[in-house]
Amino acid sequence: MLASPASFADKAGMAADDTHRAIEAVFRIERARLIAGLARIVRDVDRAEELAQDALLVALTEWPKIGVPANPGAWLMAAAKRRAIDGIRHTTMQSRKHAEIARELDEEQGMSAEAMEAALDDPLGDELLGLIFAACHPVIGAEGRAALTLRLVGGLTVEEIARAFLSNDAAIAARITRAKKAIAKAGVAFEVPRGAELAARLPSVLEVVYLIFNEGYAATAGPSLVRPPLCAEAQRLGRILAGLMPEEAEVLGLLALMEIQASRLAARAGPDGRFVPLTEQNRACWDQLLIRRGLNALQRVEALGGAGGPYALQAALAACHARARRAEDTDWRRIAALYDRLGQVMPSPVVELNRAVAHSMAFGPEAGLKLVDTIADAAALRNYAPLPAARGDFLLRAGRKAEAKGAFEAAAALSANERERDWLLARAAACGAD
Amino acid sequence: MRVMVFVKATEDSEKGLGPVEEMKEMFDAMGKFNEELVNAGVMVAGDGLKPSSHGKRIHFDGPSRTVIDGPFAEARELVAGYWIWEVKDMDEAVAWAKRCPNPMMGPSDLEIRPFYEMEDFGEVLTPETTERYERLTDKMASE
Repeated sequence: MLASPASFADKAGMAADDTHRAIEAVFRIERARLIAGLARIVRDVDRAEELAQDALLVALTEWPKIGVPANPGAWLMAAAKRRAIDGIRHTTMQSRKHAEIARELDEEQGMSAEAMEAALDDPLGDELLGLIFAACHPVIGAEGRAALTLRLVGGLTVEEIARAFLSNDAAIAARITRAKKAIAKAGVAFEVPRGAELAARLPSVLEVVYLIFNEGYAATAGPSLVRPPLCAEAQRLGRILAGLMPEEAEVLGLLALMEIQASRLAARAGPDGRFVPLTEQNRACWDQLLIRRGLNALQRVEALGGAGGPYALQAALAACHARARRAEDTDWRRIAALYDRLGQVMPSPVVELNRAVAHSMAFGPEAGLKLVDTIADAAALRNYAPLPAARGDFLLRAGRKAEAKGAFEAAAALSANERERDWLLARAAACGAD
Repeated sequence: MRVMVFVKATEDSEKGLGPVEEMKEMFDAMGKFNEELVNAGVMVAGDGLKPSSHGKRIHFDGPSRTVIDGPFAEARELVAGYWIWEVKDMDEAVAWAKRCPNPMMGPSDLEIRPFYEMEDFGEVLTPETTERYERLTDKMASE
């Protein structure tokens, strides 16, 4: 675990504090790649993390004397490898695995410094990508994958992850330990899968990134509606993936989706923290830089011929809203058509619900009611607040106020987010006012 | 947090592009650095700017507006390019900036400035100002 900058201030003067903070910042940039490279060698995430941490301690002692090296990543990697060799020499060479590793490392020690730097450089980001794929391996449950990815790739502490998921430190630590054990037990290689295996495993990576994003964007529980740091972390992961896999349409589709959705973060909650629905948001607060980035990514998806992928379609949907300067300019017919396609490539009751909303906006509340009634009994939506909320909206627009009030109240009873609940109760109250 | 990183201009950059060979070398080094920024998920945007001889200034004084043609004096106060980075904190921005190849032939400066975020405005952003913004976007859209 990183010592907090404050702990240094007590021991040394401000200058030393600044130096340490600077070194820690360099370390944070290198940490994920370092762990990735080490995990590939020692084939053990826990050990890789320890070795990386050891390398930081060496840097904290050495760099104030010699300055930050020109290639800090290679320097840290060399330091960590020396520790790895020492560690292996101290333990008995009982297992073949250890003997093998020691031999490989010894061979590398014979290399010239330049050859070593070249070998340690990871210009293709292959090692980092390998780590992401390992952390997001389908042998781990989605929540475990998310926690492990945030820890290993995002560099968040257990405390930060616990805060982000409104969980406690012990639960998150246990979740991460279980995830690491699952990887070790399954003998997961820290390599980027190729060909058909890549296609099979990519969705599990994208699912994790989007899960992290959504937990920040639509906080499922707790007092605040959005948790922007989680969104930022997911966007960073998405940008890394897009940088390392620029030809994967769905990676770009997910990135486009997140950039456009994140553009609305500031508008999603009112000044008093209340939930503001899309159609009522102040579009002047939408982040145009992110919208532009999202639309650019979407263009690249289309150029790659991937416009029909599930994330690409969702990004195209988000783009419809982003392009409308005013809510009433929204192209609901296009949105309804996109939802029709999404329902085919990614059939789910939630998509059907959104499809019903889109149809209600494009063709009137009756069209929405007709569609929503076909999914009202879906098990997945039994306790899903947005279903009765949407129904309430259709009913209200169809002039059936009493029924609408009941639907909004039912939705409020199901919502775990306090802000969302207030908004639904306000809508219910408005139905009965006249 | 989002920061803008300014590449400050120099006497050289104010003269335009340098000798082809030197520029090639610079583009190569800068290209590698930019790729690193992209692969780390840090880069949001970035561009180079032409010398101030291509620029104009609009001077405000009460109701008067005066257009001044470039070039402008004090090269070191001018901007030759920028990036927008998304970083965790200022320390990380500094660590990245230090890895940037020197963007100029001679001594030069990068300047890192954090963006204002919504919460920085606090009481400045009253419901009334927000409403005014909304009216403004409505107007822009209807034009």
